[in-house]
Amino acid sequence: MTDDMTFKCSATAVDVRRMLGELRARLAAENLSDDNCSNIEIALAETLNNIVEHAYRPGGDGTITLTLMVGQRRLTCEVRDNGVAMPGLAPPAGTAPDITSQRATLPEGGFGWSLIRALTARLHYLRDGEENRLILDFDLGTP
Amino acid sequence: MELSTTRHGDMIIVNVIGTRIDAAAAIAFKDAMREAVADGPAHVVLDLGNVTFVDSSGLGAIVAAMKALGDGRRLDLAALTPDVAKVFRLTRMDTVFVIHDALDGLTTRATG
Repeated sequence: MTDDMTFKCSATAVDVRRMLGELRARLAAENLSDDNCSNIEIALAETLNNIVEHAYRPGGDGTITLTLMVGQRRLTCEVRDNGVAMPGLAPPAGTAPDITSQRATLPEGGFGWSLIRALTARLHYLRDGEENRLILDFDLGTP
Repeated sequence: MELSTTRHGDMIIVNVIGTRIDAAAAIAFKDAMREAVADGPAHVVLDLGNVTFVDSSGLGAIVAAMKALGDGRRLDLAALTPDVAKVFRLTRMDTVFVIHDALDGLTTRATG
């Protein structure tokens, strides 16, 4: 069985939080496991907050649209925004920051894309006119 | 962001009242932590038992809070819920912090 769902939010951290709450409730209602729900919420939180901070830039306004297609073994999520294009027209490699340094120099950021990469099976980005489209595929494991 | 603190000798336990340390809360969390631990005991334990979700901004804020303590003081974490533990594991930040399963072994609960 396949079901499509669409969510929208404005490009603010507070509205991203609201939409993630609705998304999580909906995923649970689709009988996804807690583990799958958290993988999806974490990866999408990073994706959406990157859009708020980098594509639209602070103080700007814009809309983010999320469409989910839930299959038996795979969930595909398309995230669309009208902010600036990703640098190099590709999602970052997501190399994890070095955390072996002394406490005073430990990184306080740079974890977002490594989390997204770790939690998704596949990422696909395209710049479509004035729109960014990022497609994230999640393996749901054995049903 | 609301935090509550309990002192146990040379240890202070900081309990996060909210359920999310995310991009919307990270700055407020850092500010509240600075205030909560100012001039306090050397050993700080952050009780995350109520927190169901931490994103990379929240993780960065927790790291910043630990660094802000400076030399001679330490920040441990306690009572991570499953999604929060996952973020620490995936970023390998679980190797940076001492993480206690629960507060029970750390201290005898104050009565009243």
